[in-house]
Amino acid sequence: MKKLLKTGVFAVVALTAHAVHADEEANLIINEEIEITVRTDAPAHLENLSTIYSGWVFRSNETQALQMDDFENPGMIFADDARDAWNTVEGTKGNSCASCHGEPESMAGVRAVYPKWNEAAGEVRTVAMQVNDCRTEQMGAEELKYDGKGMLNMEALLSSVSRGLPVNVAIDGPAQSMWELGRDVYYTRFGQLDLSCANCHEDNYGNNIRADHLSQGQINGFPVYRLNNAQLNGVQSRFRGCVRDTRAATYAVGSEELIALELYVASRGNGLSVEGPSVRN
Amino acid sequence: MAEDVKPRVRVPGKATAGEAITIKTLISHAMESGQRKNGDGNLIPRSIINRFTCAFNGATVIDVTLEPAISTNPYFEFQAIVPETGTFEFTWYDDDGDVYTDTQNITVS
Repeated sequence: MKKLLKTGVFAVVALTAHAVHADEEANLIINEEIEITVRTDAPAHLENLSTIYSGWVFRSNETQALQMDDFENPGMIFADDARDAWNTVEGTKGNSCASCHGEPESMAGVRAVYPKWNEAAGEVRTVAMQVNDCRTEQMGAEELKYDGKGMLNMEALLSSVSRGLPVNVAIDGPAQSMWELGRDVYYTRFGQLDLSCANCHEDNYGNNIRADHLSQGQINGFPVYRLNNAQLNGVQSRFRGCVRDTRAATYAVGSEELIALELYVASRGNGLSVEGPSVRN
Repeated sequence: MAEDVKPRVRVPGKATAGEAITIKTLISHAMESGQRKNGDGNLIPRSIINRFTCAFNGATVIDVTLEPAISTNPYFEFQAIVPETGTFEFTWYDDDGDVYTDTQNITVS
């Protein structure tokens, strides 16, 4: 009986795998213009992987196609909304984002190097933290909610102007201690299911966990438009979702642990292109 | 006016006479169906785009009635044969009376 059951399980796994597997050799060119690096050699600090892959590689052909054309990419609608917000004067100082930065295109390359050490503040900052610092200090405006709609839209815009540029976050110098904390979180087993990030995304990428085709968990495509919930998703909310699925209590969005994890996971993708807003399941 | 409504259209810049070209349109709109309830249990009033039209040099290309079951940010992709150089006019009609328009020129050689 036991043997029979096992055979049955294997058959199911094989079937699902066949149905969802994408073209893993495909290359991504957005708008027939922006070439995206979706696979490349792993950065030197990454001991357990030789090649890193964008999550785009693991998605179905249909999902992959959505990202090849900005007109079809639902995430770009939100980036466009942020363009309006970019030019809107808010707060007590009479400034909009455009007052200091000009066109959003002037921010090309910013997304690629975040999270980043901020010397004046003495902390590692994510793009969201930097946006809020700008809003409170330069504009005299209210902070945007971390991973809230307004913030994700703005992150999508900032990411969209950096598309094609290689992710290159610094992990040494003053950022090193945060990076090491992030690495510890990554390899710590959480929850009743006793899973670390690495168990799925390092040891088992390319395999199926039930109906999900596991990627390497790279975050070069964030913020991500998920077909699952038809909206933009922030990276730290996604981390929370993953940890929750291990049946663990999770860290808060914006907590030191998740900022550290964001820095560490971003560094695992050093060399892949910035892709956000990307489209995933 | 409904919030964050922005029409987008993609038409090729040029074509040959008699060629069937592909037109893509998308309008960002919440398309509130009128079936959903808010936190207090009250119906959220219907607010959708109820009609979409496309015309070429004044002649109708398509005229679509939209119903509440159509999802957020309605997207249309269709083909049109262009006999001559001219202008496509796209019009979306909102439940609240607003009309959103966009125009695209095409050169036929």
